[in-house]
Formats: sequence, structure tokens, C-alpha cells
Amino acid sequence: MLDSIIFYFFAGVAVLSAALMVTRRNAIHSAVFLITTLLATAGIFLQLRAEFLFITQIILYVGGIMVLFIFVIMLVRLDAPIHQLRFRMQRLVAILVAAALGMEVTVILLLAHKLPGGGLLIQGSAPADRLPANSEELAKSLFSNYLLPFEIASILLLVAMVGAVVMAKNRRRTDEP
Amino acid sequence: MNPTAQALLHFLQTWWVELVCAVVIVAIVPLIAGYVVLVERKLMADMQARLGPMRVGPHGLLQPIADAVKLLIKEDLVPRDADGLIFWFAPVITMVAALTAMGALYFGPAFRVAQDINIGILFVIGISSLGFLGIILGGWASNSHYSIIGAIRSTAQLVSYEAAGGIAIVSALLLAGTLRIPDIVAAQFDSHVWFIFLAPVGFFIFMVASIAETNRAPFDLPEAESELVAGYMTEYSGFRWSLYFLGEYANMIVVASVATTLFLGGWLRPFPNIHWLRWLDLLPALFLGFVGVYCIYRAGKQPVKIQTGFMWAVALACFGLAAVFIAPWIIAPLRFALPGLNGAFWFLFKVSAYIYVFMWLRFTLPRYRFDQLMHLGWYILIPLAIINVFSVGLALLLESEFGLNRWFTMIVTTAFTLAISLFLVRMHDKRTAAASSAAAVPSDSYAG
Repeated sequence: MLDSIIFYFFAGVAVLSAALMVTRRNAIHSAVFLITTLLATAGIFLQLRAEFLFITQIILYVGGIMVLFIFVIMLVRLDAPIHQLRFRMQRLVAILVAAALGMEVTVILLLAHKLPGGGLLIQGSAPADRLPANSEELAKSLFSNYLLPFEIASILLLVAMVGAVVMAKNRRRTDEP
Repeated sequence: MNPTAQALLHFLQTWWVELVCAVVIVAIVPLIAGYVVLVERKLMADMQARLGPMRVGPHGLLQPIADAVKLLIKEDLVPRDADGLIFWFAPVITMVAALTAMGALYFGPAFRVAQDINIGILFVIGISSLGFLGIILGGWASNSHYSIIGAIRSTAQLVSYEAAGGIAIVSALLLAGTLRIPDIVAAQFDSHVWFIFLAPVGFFIFMVASIAETNRAPFDLPEAESELVAGYMTEYSGFRWSLYFLGEYANMIVVASVATTLFLGGWLRPFPNIHWLRWLDLLPALFLGFVGVYCIYRAGKQPVKIQTGFMWAVALACFGLAAVFIAPWIIAPLRFALPGLNGAFWFLFKVSAYIYVFMWLRFTLPRYRFDQLMHLGWYILIPLAIINVFSVGLALLLESEFGLNRWFTMIVTTAFTLAISLFLVRMHDKRTAAASSAAAVPSDSYAG
């Protein structure tokens, strides 16, 4: 009971602030509501006893990426370009994409029992609070079963990082007389 | 009784200690922050050969309370073009983030709010870093140039130094092998030495990064008085301003506690494994008794009678606390409270020492320029932190694979870290010298 109250609280906050994020005119207000959405999602992770995912979401998304978003929004005046750059068919495309996603979710929810493997409920799953510590388990599986994908992902990120640095450096060099 | 009420009752029954601790933290942190400010002003005065606040109470001891009353009854100004909701909410974010982070800390083996958080240290660091949202949003919502420049500086500073600090923490976590706070302290007990001696480079980087993250001098660019009035807080007044202020000092306590837990042995007394040094457990009571005696000695020299009385009151309070610390030694049934009391004393002692060093640095070092700050963060601290993590890992590998002595491997790898970083700094200096002699680069204070 307490569990479901907590879940519906976080889920409600997440959905409501996601809707507000899309509808706000001010870019900073949108960013703030995106932050509340991310925090509420982190709360759901914590409720599922995925504490490492919870804190990673907070440190990376809220503490890192959103800070950079706000930084960029503050540095760049968005009021003028936002009207010039707006894609004309945006509303139509947005409605189409939203309708397609909604259909997908409804179909999956309605036909869940016909899916292979007994649908959305995983049979014989252990209750979340009896599982071993999440961060240790995650580390073990990342460094044993999924070592190759993990290393490939890290190399990909490293390449992206080096690429960004190189691009930033080149631009400056050509700017200078 | 319906299940919800039952669950709530169960919650209350199992969590009442934590609830009481949480209420105590929320109630006491503002008071402590006020007195930290007083200590800071007194120290600054001492280092500048002045007296500092002397008027309110004996030696200005009631100054924080007078300041708090002043702040509460000040007019609450909101600029006309400010973004109302965010302006109202931003200081609350800073304060709440700092207090929530405190909820996961252990102020001694028995004094904690949340118990058994598997990701303890990460939780504290992650949540306390959210306080910056309050600074950035407050600076933006004020709709003022000083505020927004302060906010932008603080963002850049946060992003650069959080990376360095986060990597520096890894060196201690590698040594401890866990993220749970009590286990980290237990690991320092088991290895017979605080991690500051095994990973001195990591501690140094964390210390620099934590000064930068709490926006204190010499890295207080977000609120540099001589350039930006008060940075992101320029438009704030009264109670909202005091929330920022409290958040900042609470954050200081949080980073000091993290440093104490990770590197300074948490609540362990010095040399916790050596039995003939057990008399060190009497030190808290002796220390408080000494402070009390000193207060009595000074009481006779007060110029006003009421101040003499106040000094006597402070002395009696010290003796009372000393009695609390000595009681478990005399009364056997209270023996169980001894580790908790002594642990809390040592923990708060180390936290205070760390904060003292913060203040000392503030009054000693001049403020950095912004490009120097960025240079230090990106070109020196982050590479140094990465090399340090690598060499600590190497040392642990050598220890576990070849059975070498931990001290030996640590000394070798620390020397290795320093040698590599010195080499890199030399290389970098040469290259920048060559570049600057080739073309005089115009100074760009937001470079990096």
C-alpha cells in the first residue's frame, strides 16, 4: 500500500512535470520541469531498490547534463532565434509521433498476456528488497558478462569526447588571424 | 485498522530514532552555521590583528543570534523584472539539497539519520551537488547582470571541479572497496591507518575541489565582492539571502564530513588499533574540562559584570558536557554509550579542523582569476586525479598479486603519480610558453 502510494506520487509528478515541460514558453521553466521529471523518475528507481541507477540519474542527468542545459540556455538568448528556427510542420509531426507512441503503449498494455513469456509480469521474480546490493551486482555483471559492450561503449564515449575537443580547438585556430 | 495506517504506525515505530535525528539536524544546522560564521569572523580578525565582533554578548558570542533576528525582520525585496516563482524557489533548493545530503551522513557511529544506505557516499555527493541548481536558477531569475555572471561562473566552476573531486574520491573508495559509510570507516580501522596517508594525492585534490565546490576563497569567483557585488546573491535580501547563506555553510559541513569519512578516519580516534593508547578516549572530557577552566580564568578579566556571569555559564556548560563524556567511565550501565559519544566527538573535531583549514586558506590566499581557475581544474587537477586513481589501483594490484607491503606500494605509487604529473606540467608549460611566444593570445577570461 505504502509502496503504491509512493509509486503513484512519483509517477504523477513525472507525468505532470513532463507535460508542463512541453507546454512552458520560457526555456528555463521547461528545463526546471525536466529536472523535476528526472528527479521523479529517480525516485521510482529508488523505490525499485535500484539505488545505483537512482544516484547515477541524479549525478549525471540532474547534476551534470541539466546544469549544462541551463548553462547553454542562459548563455544563448533563445527568444529571437526560437521564432525564426521553428520548424513549420512541427505541430503535425508531434501529434503523429505522440499518437503512434500512445497506440504502441495501449496495444502492449492490452495484449500483454498474449506476449511470449507471460507478458509484462516476470514469473518467479524475487521481491526487490531481498535482492543483493545493487551497485555491487551491477559492477560484477558489467565487468564479467558485459565487459565487451561496456568497453566498446566507453571507447565510443572517449572518441566522442576527443572529437568534441578537436572540433572546438580547430574552430578557434581558424578564427584567429 | 486499515493497512495504510498500520504501515504508517510500523514506519513510525521502526524509524523514530531517525526522525528525531532528522529534526535535530534541521533545527541545529542553522545555529551551527551561525556560529561557524562567528568563528570565521573571529579568526579573520585574529589573523588581521583586530578583535572582531565584541559588542553582542561577551566576545561577541551572541552575535549569530542578533544577525539571525536582523535577517528575519529585514524587508524581503523582489526585483520587478525577476522571475517570481523561480526567484522564490531557488534558495530553498540550495538549502534542501544540503540538508538532505546531511541525512545520509554518519556524525559518529550512533548519530545518523538514514541507516544502511548502500550508496552512502555517492548519495551525499550527488544530492549536495544539486544545491548548484539553486545558485544557477537564482542568478538567472534575479534578472541582473551581476547575478547572471555569478551564476555562470559558478556553473563552470561546478562542472570542472566536480569532475576532479569525483575522481579523487575514487582513490579512497578503491582502498575501502565499498560505498557504505560505516564500512569505509571500518576499512580504515582494519588497515590500521587513515586513507589520507595511503592516498595523500587524492586527499589534496579532494580538498581543492571541495573548496571550489563550496564557492569559498580563493575560489569564490561566483560571489567575488570586488567584481560582482555579491554574485548570484546580489538581488536577494532578508530571509531568502539567509537561506543561501545557510545552504552554503551546511554544504561546507557536508564536504568536510565527506572528507573526514573518506580520508581522515571518520569517527575513529587517532591510532584506533593501539591498545595502550586507550587513554585517548578520555581526551574529549579533558578537552572540554580545559575549555571550562580557561573560561573561568577569563571570567575575572571581563570588563562588565554580566559578561563575567556569561563566562561562568559557558564554563558550566563545558563542565556539564565533560561530565556527560566522563559518565560512561564511572557508571557501568552507561558503558554502551561510550563509543557513540567519543565517536561523535572525534568526528566533529575532525570536521571542525577541516573547516578551520578552509578558513585559514581563505584569509591567506588571494583570489584566483577565472582563467587561472579553469586552468588549474582542467589542466592540473583532473589529469592528476586520473593518474592517481590509476596508480592506487596499481598499488592494490601489486599488493594482492605479489603480497607486497601496502605501505611500500603506496609510497612507490605516490611518488610515481607525482613524477608523472610533474612531467606533464613541465610539458604543458613548455608548450604554452612556445605558443605564447609564437603569438600573443588575447586574454579570454571564459576560456576553458
